[in-house]
Amino acid sequence: MQWEVVIGLETHTQLQTKSKIFSGSSIAFGAEPNTQASAVDIALPGVLPVLNAEAVQCAIKFGLAVNAEIAPRSVFARKNYFYPDLPKGYQISQYELPVVGKGSLTVQVGDQEKTIRITRAHLEEDAGKSVHGASVGMSGIDLNRAGTPLLEIVTEPDMRSAAEAVAYAKKLHELVQWIGICDGNMQEGSFRCDVNVSVRPKGSDKLGTRREIKNLNSFRFMQQAIEYETRWQIETLEDGGTIQQATVLFNPDTGETRAMRSKEEANDYRYFPDPDLLPLQITLEDIAKVKAVMPELPGDMKECFEREYSLSAYDASGLTSSRGIADYFTAVVVQGAEPKMAANWVMGTVAAKLNEQDQDISASPVSPLQLAGLFKRIADNTISNKIAREVFDAMWAGEGDADSIIEKKGLKQVTDSGAIEAIIDEVLAANAAMVEEFRAGKEKAFNALVGQAMKASKGKANPAQVNEVLRRKLGA
Amino acid sequence: MINSSLKQLGAMLQSKQVSSTELTQEFLQRIDQHNPEINAYITIDAERSLAQAKAADARIAAGTAQPLTGIPIAQKDIFVANGWKTTCGSKMLDNFIGPYDATVIKLFDEAGAVNLGKTNMDEFAMGSSNETSYYGKVQNPWDRTRVPGGSSGGSAAAVAARLCAAATGTDTGGSIRQPASLCGLSGLKPTYGLVSRYGMIAFASSLDQAGPMAKSCEDMALMMNVMTGFDERDSTSLQRDKEDYERELGKPLQGLRVGLPKEFFADGLSSEVAAVVESAIAEYRKLGAEIVEISLPNTQLSIPVYYVLAPAEASSNLSRFDGVRYGHRAAEYDDLLDMYCKSRAEGFGAEVKRRILIGTYVLSAGYYDAYYLKAQQIRRLIAEDFAKAFTQCDVIMGPTAPGTAFRSGEKANDPVAMYLEDLYTIAVNLAGLPGMSIPAGFASVDGKQLPVGLQVIGNYFDEARMLNVGHAYQQVTDWHSRMPEGL
Amino acid sequence: MSLSSSDVKRIAHLARIEVSDEEAEATLQKLSGILGLIEQMQAVDTTGIVPMSHSQDVVQRLRPDVVTETDQRAAFQAIAPAVENGLYLVPKVIE
Repeated sequence: MQWEVVIGLETHTQLQTKSKIFSGSSIAFGAEPNTQASAVDIALPGVLPVLNAEAVQCAIKFGLAVNAEIAPRSVFARKNYFYPDLPKGYQISQYELPVVGKGSLTVQVGDQEKTIRITRAHLEEDAGKSVHGASVGMSGIDLNRAGTPLLEIVTEPDMRSAAEAVAYAKKLHELVQWIGICDGNMQEGSFRCDVNVSVRPKGSDKLGTRREIKNLNSFRFMQQAIEYETRWQIETLEDGGTIQQATVLFNPDTGETRAMRSKEEANDYRYFPDPDLLPLQITLEDIAKVKAVMPELPGDMKECFEREYSLSAYDASGLTSSRGIADYFTAVVVQGAEPKMAANWVMGTVAAKLNEQDQDISASPVSPLQLAGLFKRIADNTISNKIAREVFDAMWAGEGDADSIIEKKGLKQVTDSGAIEAIIDEVLAANAAMVEEFRAGKEKAFNALVGQAMKASKGKANPAQVNEVLRRKLGA
Repeated sequence: MINSSLKQLGAMLQSKQVSSTELTQEFLQRIDQHNPEINAYITIDAERSLAQAKAADARIAAGTAQPLTGIPIAQKDIFVANGWKTTCGSKMLDNFIGPYDATVIKLFDEAGAVNLGKTNMDEFAMGSSNETSYYGKVQNPWDRTRVPGGSSGGSAAAVAARLCAAATGTDTGGSIRQPASLCGLSGLKPTYGLVSRYGMIAFASSLDQAGPMAKSCEDMALMMNVMTGFDERDSTSLQRDKEDYERELGKPLQGLRVGLPKEFFADGLSSEVAAVVESAIAEYRKLGAEIVEISLPNTQLSIPVYYVLAPAEASSNLSRFDGVRYGHRAAEYDDLLDMYCKSRAEGFGAEVKRRILIGTYVLSAGYYDAYYLKAQQIRRLIAEDFAKAFTQCDVIMGPTAPGTAFRSGEKANDPVAMYLEDLYTIAVNLAGLPGMSIPAGFASVDGKQLPVGLQVIGNYFDEARMLNVGHAYQQVTDWHSRMPEGL
Repeated sequence: MSLSSSDVKRIAHLARIEVSDEEAEATLQKLSGILGLIEQMQAVDTTGIVPMSHSQDVVQRLRPDVVTETDQRAAFQAIAPAVENGLYLVPKVIE
């Protein structure tokens, strides 16, 4: 039988605020345990929550970014369950009326575009952490993270492969950083994905029983976890078994998923509107204010690149994969660089260097202005593309801008035809055998002779001129 | 001195007839003498109180005193106070020393009042007789065999027995007004949102409201001037300008329209109470009030609605008492789950557990719509009844409680009978309106003279007028200044 | 709505309150009485009535995003049942 996998994602993004969602505690990462846990965060008797304005701004930004409905009135609810990292015995979340409603996100999967529907996004507070390795038989509870603002973003079950799920997650990861609501730091847990996976016979329109893979904090793990889970579910069904709804964890060491010992046998969260908080109202004016300070969105920028710079969808998509790259590329083009050339360099040479050194484009030692300066020297034939690579390496190493490096290293292209002819005469004299081969009809020998001439000029001869003079001298 | 009004005490302090230290010592000495029997206080900390008195004396000497500076006030043990044991009447918090100040505590501190001690109360404010307190029952100073009412029973007994100049209480379904009625004092539950709930241990968040309990309406006006005000730490605190609650005192009542809801005088009201309330209303007629009959048709429903909403909110509010960060933790347990279950089973008393269970049940899967949602819908009907009534009258009057103080133990085993004590008070909390009880006379029960309270319900933010309505009556009657014998 | 003793135990478990069988039985009677009281509500037609969560028709006030709290761990943990190295201790949490 042919099987189809159906995937939906729930992503917890930690919002980039200074203070917690309902208290004035810092959310800075890495503090000593419980030193950023105020009376509200540790749920002392009598304390009350007050909503952080910035968390609401973040939610509005996200709503605008995915073209979603932003609720004029949304409600905070209590999700009741007991767990040591949940100090109040309930999590303040949103249930029936979330702040962000239906929206969508379009992602590039290989050379295909796919639109993933977003069901909702709601504001909620994070829980604390259980730390193992305290006294024997005990766990330690650190509540520094308790109350950190989260936006939980939920999709429809629209993805049909691990690749699609990862493409969506990556796109979302880029987007939340792009609009400045999340730092995207997956190691520190700022962006965590829960993936709902089910399988069904291809062609069926009924959803299978899903299992939820919790807390994936890398795209590689996500890919592996979904692939393993999909295989496991298919094998289970093919062996005549059934799938039980469950929460599973991915073990990166074994590459396997396994069902969690459930927190609560039968989850009955007893949601009800939190009486300590009033309805959250967002007016059209509030939305307009956020809109006014929103950066241009990647989708809009991508279309603009295709239209204004005649770039392919592939190039435009790559250049808008992060705000840093897009800003860098735009800055290069603003300096007068030819867009296609700039695109090739930014996504090719620059990206490769950054990748090699595991750095973000914001850390690039070559500024857009410097890169544009290099392009000018290619365009005016001062240097060849090949020499440009050498100049770029020197720029990367901090040796100055293109002009000074060309000057210092004497890399200026030789275009003086007398000098080129002299070089070629020498090459022809020294390579009589190759000349013979060429005359015998081996075109490859011509290329070898060009190579020799370029080598003799230390790469500085203008390749087009070398070609032309060589052909003339060989009478070809 | 112990019978003096807050204004008189203030004047005595200002003119150095007495110092705050002396006044505080006087009350502490009375507490020493009478509290072992009456049990109005859970915690007394003479050292702390006297340190505050000393600071108040310095402030008076420096000429920066405010009206309540130096006056000893008892605080219901529901308010977290920094450095004070704060129990909420529960074994769960028997070891809990407040690590911060509730806003109400802070406001009284800033006003220079002396915190005289923490008063007894029904556990987590759940009760109408003060019998659910882990710290034992409280005696009604008018008849020691009877209950003082609840949940602010300790505060009520302390004021009635003159073991403080005035006290604070909290009212979720009648917890200020009913004990005020049963102990013969004045008690006011303000409009929801006027007094900050920050640091007031939550019972039912959407209904809880703190207010003053004192000998007179004038005293309550002074207390309200201190207690009320916007607090940025409470999302439900209302952003309003500070009011002067004394401003209406002394105005004539001529033309005041008093509504009497016929449902408040129907079955369930004891005849002795009805007689006292009717004579009080006759007094108001003499003061120039115009009496109109009104109807609050959904009064009966306020009890079922309340006993869905309040336990539901409470079940969630009390989840934080899990033995992890503070409060009672069982001495022995097998694992995490067992620690939770044992700590909570040991830490909470029977009535609190019952309400947690009811609340958990009505919120659980499959029952939410039939109970919680339905109750919230009827809550709106109840609020609309009041809105309609206030088009016909300025204030509503009736009994505070259906009877006088009952005997200790009389209703302790019948929760439903106990819940009916709040028949006339609960609807006010559901609507979020201000409600007040003032002494209206005495009923003779089994040869004892027991106080009866008149309830005055006002429209939203109409506390200043209500206080004057009570004050005018207290100018022509002396019920409020009577004191129990043997104290 | 009639309640059984096993319902009481299920609810008590959700609420994390230990109840013995005898307690469940005794509690059952009292809870049934209270639920009987609550049942009165079902006679009311509430079609179309908007539920009332708050007595005032006001909306949530927002707090400026400013860090206002300081470290109070020492004071807060002075009243904790069990702490170690700044952590609250609980019996081992198993996932």
